[in-house]
Amino acid sequence: MAAAASPSSMESAPRIMRLVAECSRSRARAGELRLPHGPVATPVFMPVGTQATMKGITAEQLDALGCRICLGNTYHLGLRPGPELIQKAHGLHGFMNWPHNLLTDSGGFQMVSLVSLSEVTEEGVRFRSPYDGEETLLSPERSVEIQNALGSDIIMQLDDVVSSTVTGPRVEEAMFRSIRWLDRCIAAHRRPDQQNLFAIIQGGLDAHLRTTCLEAWLAKWCHVRTRDPRQQTPGRREAEQMTKRDVPGFAIGGLSGGESKNQFWRMVALSTARLPRDKPRYLMGVGYATDLVVCVALGCDMFDCVFPTRTARFGSALVPTGNLQLKKKQYEKDFRPIDPECACPTCQTHSRAFLHALLHSDNTAALHHLTVHNIAYQLQLMSAVRASIVEKRFPDFVRQFMGTMYGDPTLCPTWATEALASVGITLA
Amino acid sequence: MKLSLTKVVNGCRLGKIKNLGKTGDRTIDVPGCLLYTKTGSAPHLTPHTLHNIHRVPAMAQLTLSSLAEHHEVLAEYKEGVGKFIGMPESLLYCSLHDPVSPCPAGYVTNKALQRSTIIGVIEGGDVMEERLRSARETAKRPVGGFLLDGFQGDPMTLETRLHLLSSVTAELPEDKPRLICSVSRPDEVLECIERGVDLFESFFPYQVTERGCALTFSFDYQPNPEETLLQQNGTQEEIKYVHQTKKIKTTGCNQEMTSFEINLKEKKYQGDFEPLVRGCSCYCCQNHTRAYIHHLLVTNELLAGVLLMMHNFEHYFGFFHSIREALKNDRLAQLKELIRRQAS
Repeated sequence: MAAAASPSSMESAPRIMRLVAECSRSRARAGELRLPHGPVATPVFMPVGTQATMKGITAEQLDALGCRICLGNTYHLGLRPGPELIQKAHGLHGFMNWPHNLLTDSGGFQMVSLVSLSEVTEEGVRFRSPYDGEETLLSPERSVEIQNALGSDIIMQLDDVVSSTVTGPRVEEAMFRSIRWLDRCIAAHRRPDQQNLFAIIQGGLDAHLRTTCLEAWLAKWCHVRTRDPRQQTPGRREAEQMTKRDVPGFAIGGLSGGESKNQFWRMVALSTARLPRDKPRYLMGVGYATDLVVCVALGCDMFDCVFPTRTARFGSALVPTGNLQLKKKQYEKDFRPIDPECACPTCQTHSRAFLHALLHSDNTAALHHLTVHNIAYQLQLMSAVRASIVEKRFPDFVRQFMGTMYGDPTLCPTWATEALASVGITLA
Repeated sequence: MKLSLTKVVNGCRLGKIKNLGKTGDRTIDVPGCLLYTKTGSAPHLTPHTLHNIHRVPAMAQLTLSSLAEHHEVLAEYKEGVGKFIGMPESLLYCSLHDPVSPCPAGYVTNKALQRSTIIGVIEGGDVMEERLRSARETAKRPVGGFLLDGFQGDPMTLETRLHLLSSVTAELPEDKPRLICSVSRPDEVLECIERGVDLFESFFPYQVTERGCALTFSFDYQPNPEETLLQQNGTQEEIKYVHQTKKIKTTGCNQEMTSFEINLKEKKYQGDFEPLVRGCSCYCCQNHTRAYIHHLLVTNELLAGVLLMMHNFEHYFGFFHSIREALKNDRLAQLKELIRRQAS
């Protein structure tokens, strides 16, 4: 690292987020991420394409929907087809021929979802492969190594994930270990100029633990700023090392599990209150429409969730009033599109009645129609949210959204009402 | 509807069926095929992905068996099945059966469709006398064309069936189109064209897709010599391998793999970064590799079916285009020889 002459160059992690507008009432922000594969407007919902595919839709269809960033999963891709092959294919972008941005999860979440197959130690997570029974160790180093081979634009640190329903010392252990693992991830990261490594704030549902995590994190970062860069002492190298721990973005992890919504929003709000304003906040695993709107109000910028694409494959179409279970008999002769206001190809061409008939056949096209629509729904929602922030009418948008979803803004779930109130948005 | 033949060579007919559609201005090329659908939709494909395919036939085949249960809905819809299925611009042909899951013999019933051209069905099993009777009697009726039914079967009885087919088509008027059902393999298609058949179903590429395979047979009867050598070397290797493979059981399509295709599930494709077919203009070959398709199949991802269907349809429709070109240029013999060499 070159000798630093001015304070600004001590903040070495790239500034990838540009704020375009901020809500004057709530913590909502509209921005733009500058990523290697192009700009991404925020707030953004990122569809999940776990195994290098957005389920049944082509890269071209996903691009046509306006998606500019989606997810791949390190655990799955690390097993099949493996990082060596993907590297030969010019990275995950080359392998799946996706021209826009990719974010890869570290594999950490599978520790929770596949807990019967895993064992956590300080070294890493030991997994037993469900395919051939073979044991693999997913360490911070290995996770970053795989993600370096995948070449995704945003990579996630390996964190020690515990289910949000777990309490006791395990939660604290996981939180501190995640910080140590972040250091190891940063040290192992071979491509900091091409791939943005995000830190993940843990701490479960314990306010104290979460705060500790945030402060331990920020202390390392702030430590940098108080150092005099012109000091010609061994402290300079320490300052530089501290600088290297700076990250371009943060994720809020360990939520979106089985916790109550009441606890959930408080942890999100606590996190966004302390995270740097000028860096993106990625709330992992959140994707229900109401949750998205509330968490934007609380100051989150990025979201991912399998829900919209998964529920599509069960015949459920997302609409502003909730969802339509299109396999049900009531849609048999309903000749309207899923949503007359929706601009997606499915709604432009097909009726609920046809989709109902197709869903009862063995033609997989039915699932693809709904996947297209549900992704369009999510992306259109985020666009509308963003426009309202930029046009300084986000609180009105929230009231209108809740009114449509629940029949009346006052019928919004209590947790959401309280969360919104905490940032100055009233629904009555 | 009017069949207009531009050429007849050794029993093979080349031409167009004209005056089709609501405004009577649509045409279909013959020899040609119909777009195979399941419940009114190309398998695995939405209009977006269907439109990525080149040379999609102007006429789609619907199967009555899949639509019959929705007939009340269609009646109430009132705007026609074409609009209902999202193909308002397509010409439509409704067959009784789905050729992939046909009804056993003896259970066929007739259903009339208003404002449509009726196709007369030629039956008679493998009894020459009955076949001739069916042909002659049906030819007397004011039908728009003929469906040759019951000519599918195992390779053992192929010669008999082809002989029967010749005799039948000889009894039919030349100015009406002849469709055949349940025959879709490239080699059998050519045999039938030589015996006066005009239109075919395109379910073969669907069956290939369902077993995780991709059509790779060449129909380039006028290749450049260098390319031929490369292709031949590739084809020879693949044909050798196919002879060693066992029957592949797939859901709904318990068909044996043919030598017209490759099986992307095989381990050797894991690191193969070539397209399915070099030079193919389909979306899959223009954008993806064999390695990627292999990965999608191994991980049971839905996109495998989508991409394979796009390739297999495009390849198949390209084959029919080459048949018409070969007939136009008097080169059908070369095309037939090329296909024969690749048939197992």
